[in-house]
Amino acid sequence: MEREMTAQAAGAGDLLELSALQLGACIQKKEIGVEEAAQAYLDAIAQSDSEIHSYITVMEEEALQTARQVQKKIDSGELTGPLSGVPAAIKDNMCTKGTLTSAASNILSNFVPPYDAEAVARLKESGAVILGKLNMDEFAMGGSTETSHYGITKNPWDLSRVPGGSSGGSAAAVAARLVPYALGSDTGGSIRQPCAFCNLTGIKPTYGAVSRYGLLAYASSLDQIGPVGRDIKDCAAVLSVIAGKDAKDSTSIIDRAFDMEAALSGSVKGKKVGMPAGYFGDGLSPQVRQRIFEAADVLRSLGAEVEEFDLPNVDYAVPAYYIIACAEASSNLSRYDGVKYGYRSAEADDLLGIYYKSRSEGFGTEVKRRIMLGSFVLSSGYFDAYYKKALQVRGMIKAAFDRAFETYDMILSPVSPTTAYEIGGQISDPIAMYMADIYTVSVNLSGIPAVALPCGKDDAGLPVGMQLIGRAFSEETLVAAAADYQRATEFHKAQAPHAAKGGRR
Amino acid sequence: MKITDELVDYLGQLSRLELSEGEKAGLKHDLSDILDYMDQLAELDTAGKKEMSHPFDAVNCFRTDQVKNGDDRQAVLSNAPAKKGDYFKVHKTVGEEA
Repeated sequence: MEREMTAQAAGAGDLLELSALQLGACIQKKEIGVEEAAQAYLDAIAQSDSEIHSYITVMEEEALQTARQVQKKIDSGELTGPLSGVPAAIKDNMCTKGTLTSAASNILSNFVPPYDAEAVARLKESGAVILGKLNMDEFAMGGSTETSHYGITKNPWDLSRVPGGSSGGSAAAVAARLVPYALGSDTGGSIRQPCAFCNLTGIKPTYGAVSRYGLLAYASSLDQIGPVGRDIKDCAAVLSVIAGKDAKDSTSIIDRAFDMEAALSGSVKGKKVGMPAGYFGDGLSPQVRQRIFEAADVLRSLGAEVEEFDLPNVDYAVPAYYIIACAEASSNLSRYDGVKYGYRSAEADDLLGIYYKSRSEGFGTEVKRRIMLGSFVLSSGYFDAYYKKALQVRGMIKAAFDRAFETYDMILSPVSPTTAYEIGGQISDPIAMYMADIYTVSVNLSGIPAVALPCGKDDAGLPVGMQLIGRAFSEETLVAAAADYQRATEFHKAQAPHAAKGGRR
Repeated sequence: MKITDELVDYLGQLSRLELSEGEKAGLKHDLSDILDYMDQLAELDTAGKKEMSHPFDAVNCFRTDQVKNGDDRQAVLSNAPAKKGDYFKVHKTVGEEA
């Protein structure tokens, strides 16, 4: 059935309509050429990305060259993976050998890494054709992609609105049909929230499931790379490729491969799903609340047992998160000093001046704010009251999730309290911006996995996302539930009004 | 939490950031608001609670000390803002009197 639809969809025309796995299947069957697929997407980027602005760098020449090499390896039977030959794009905070990797910051506006991030290397080995690097909030600090040094990315559902962030370029590019799937990174919701804003599916894997080697560090104990895709099947396939132990990242602790094939044919039947009552109070848009309750009903109709429960300390997650994230950021970003790589100010006349001026001219407002905050909470006299306290609260939050998972197989929650907001709507109010992360940051603090997926729209026609959270390394359980949900619903198939069309065969 | 001009200057020093007067005024205001918001953690009794600095109990992760990457000196140096021969170039760091 699935296979017939693949052939039909391809035969009917629009190449950009195909999911990553459908396109990969067509490539294996020689119905579509690897170069043809890459060219169709490059054409779409050339035509439409001027209005979306999801890419910082488009690697046209390199992509076509790779496409020809990959085609040869497919023809010779060397590459047989489900994603071999399928185009992909990478958030600009992951190193790509020989291609600008800026983290959307002026301070790295000339940085060309001499190596690939491990996740990127694994995609390349599996035959991915990298089309380019995607826009983001500077150093992944933000939830709207408005803090990018390279300008704002627009939401393909409504060009006056933000695509979310920090992986906003990744989400906008996938939603606008400018790439079949992308890699994002998630420190406090940066994969899940843009997926919710752009009607996409995304996975924030368990901390340690994907190597962070070559990911420009923001908050090292929270950062994790994951897929942004059109549906859970694509995301599961990408995660299978990038997950796994890597000697170059001592925190990559996974000891087994995910069995996504089994997971995708699994179900949510008989699973216990908890909804934290505290997540559905004031501050949550009534329409988002309604969509999540409807999603709960769908899960019930699929045989899951869904009930509300009391998750303690919900309100303390955001302050604890920002203390810890800023502390780690202030330390991590001290490496950007204008000496070995990146931007160096021309104004400096001594060594200290190189540090001060390069950093002051190189970092944007939000990054400076977080470095200053981090320096504060780590400074003598304030360390105990803020940083140490936040680490204790982090432990209490994780303990609360551990307790919840003694009863529940997974937790259902909103991703964001609102749908995509207007460009310029929150950027001048940091606290409002931070508080919007209430449903996502606990997952990073606890190191556990979560899947974000579409569950309908609000009255304005903007996508609403739901989130399934699981215990550490329960990705297969979450993928099974998400796959079951997407078999029963059509929300993930809705196409953005500003999605590219073309590649007609 | 009241943020003084001195504290902003001190944090700027710790952060190696040279801030304009406008930036200082903005940061003074923002940091004060943000820290007031963070102060709600004080409500929570954390006495005796363990500090969690990492998602999983950290265990040392050893591997043999074996060089696997090649000599990519030139590739690394190609990103240098200034270089001289095989070295990164910066301003003179040792003064005459030192």
